[in-house]
Amino acid sequence: MQAALHARDDCATLASMPQARDTLEQVFREEYGRIIATLIRQSGSFDLAEEALNEAFVSAAESWERDGPPRNPGAWLTTVAHRKLLDAVRRDKTRTDKQPEIEYEATRLRPFAEQPLTEDAVEYPDDRLRLIFTCCHPSLGRDAQVALTLRTLGGLTTTEIAHAFLLPEATLAQRLVRAKQKIRLARIPYEIPSVERLSDRLAAVQAVIYLIFNEGYAASAGESLVRNDLCAEAIRLGRVLCELLPSEPENLGLLALMLLQDSRRRARVNEAGELVTLEEQDRSLWDRVEIDEGVRLLQRVLTLGAVGKYQLQAAIAAVHCEARTAAETDWRQIVALYQELMRTSASPVVALNYAAAVAMADGPERGLELIASANDGGKLDHYYLFHAARADLLRRLKHFDEAQTAYQRALSLTTNRVEQNYIRRRLQETLPAN
Amino acid sequence: MKYMLLIYHDEPSWDAHTEAERQQIYLEYRKLRSELEARGKFVTGSQLQPITTATSVRVRDGKELITDGPFAETHEQLGGYFLVEAKDLDEATSIAARIPSARTGTIEVRPLVETAAPATA
Repeated sequence: MQAALHARDDCATLASMPQARDTLEQVFREEYGRIIATLIRQSGSFDLAEEALNEAFVSAAESWERDGPPRNPGAWLTTVAHRKLLDAVRRDKTRTDKQPEIEYEATRLRPFAEQPLTEDAVEYPDDRLRLIFTCCHPSLGRDAQVALTLRTLGGLTTTEIAHAFLLPEATLAQRLVRAKQKIRLARIPYEIPSVERLSDRLAAVQAVIYLIFNEGYAASAGESLVRNDLCAEAIRLGRVLCELLPSEPENLGLLALMLLQDSRRRARVNEAGELVTLEEQDRSLWDRVEIDEGVRLLQRVLTLGAVGKYQLQAAIAAVHCEARTAAETDWRQIVALYQELMRTSASPVVALNYAAAVAMADGPERGLELIASANDGGKLDHYYLFHAARADLLRRLKHFDEAQTAYQRALSLTTNRVEQNYIRRRLQETLPAN
Repeated sequence: MKYMLLIYHDEPSWDAHTEAERQQIYLEYRKLRSELEARGKFVTGSQLQPITTATSVRVRDGKELITDGPFAETHEQLGGYFLVEAKDLDEATSIAARIPSARTGTIEVRPLVETAAPATA
């Protein structure tokens, strides 16, 4: 990130108004999480921190357009936001206990007006770990965790988050208000969890990031299948997590998994907006840069020796990425990886994917048996992919009547237009005329 | 900061315990309580009589309505409470997790509303 700031500093010497705006937008996305994390620690309040940072961005918009962006835009914003926070705390008499700390840091940071900020003039602490653990605290509901993580660490606006999740803005705003209120009233700590809690809490953080990715990758509703903004944001958050806790193997595994899945993004939907299965995808559309990075991460993390579910899923994705054609896919290896996944983190969905892999390696009959046992106790009855996968195997076995029933069931269970169209197309293929 | 730990359990399964099992659980409760007291974390707490002893009171239009039974029929019943002092929610949930009934029932953790001028003890 420092390198990126240097690059923008060079541009800044040729400052013009649009450049100032571009710089501000870029800095906003890159620095928002870091700056707000520190402001929250100092003020003990998400709301005061948010206000102070917003005021700082307003000041930046005015000042940078007039004078051109500063040499170190991140430090400039931090300094101004600290001052705004101090002003707000001075106004708000009920928070006087926090005042000395903020005053101290505000003084420590050199005033930009008197002395131009250079790269090393300001060293501000990275409080983003506290922030992410608080946002993903188990006493908050999953929806609130996701919204709060995107809003604070990701710097997305309420409008952007509401749009991404196809929710009314008022609903999302309310969700954020309630979450922040709970943090304050129940006193959810703003701390890195103790060692004995860390692994559970980290798993929650990873789950939130992966959920954001999946919501983008296989949008649960709406007109389009992939919402790239959410995928990109999840990958960015995954990178932040790796940067903050680089020795946690599953952080790297999660990032590798997201990159490898995202690499197929352009091939998953054709020009007509139709879903293209892995088997039928044009593999030249896969993003080699993301694949290379994902595979490199995976190779590095596998030497660390603590294999987890994200690494295993990433390894499965990597096997697909390594096959030049669908026919060359090493299904034996994929089955072996799923067996390991079943052993360590079994779930009905993992069992379903395992069954689908076995169907490719050993034929659809064996796959159907395993699919039936994956749905033991009817846990997948309302999962559209269970019925879609089953229907596909029935179709391959030319059991067209049963395949039709299963496709119909799948159709009734998805609200995503692209997925519905895909199933309708398959359904057509099982009709007598074919 | 003060947190109320509301102890919910399934009364029928509590009644199904043998006397020896019950005494064992009471012993655990007493140990936890004295340990919390020693650390200045325990404010107050008690077991409650079963819901068959509960009476609900409502006043509507100035008229007192007294009825038999708890406020709501639930799967698990309020069987007791601990009022504790904890620095944050994580500490409060750690204490809650050590309450013997947490293993079979549910402990609801609720922060108390903090008043501006705390009462002098």
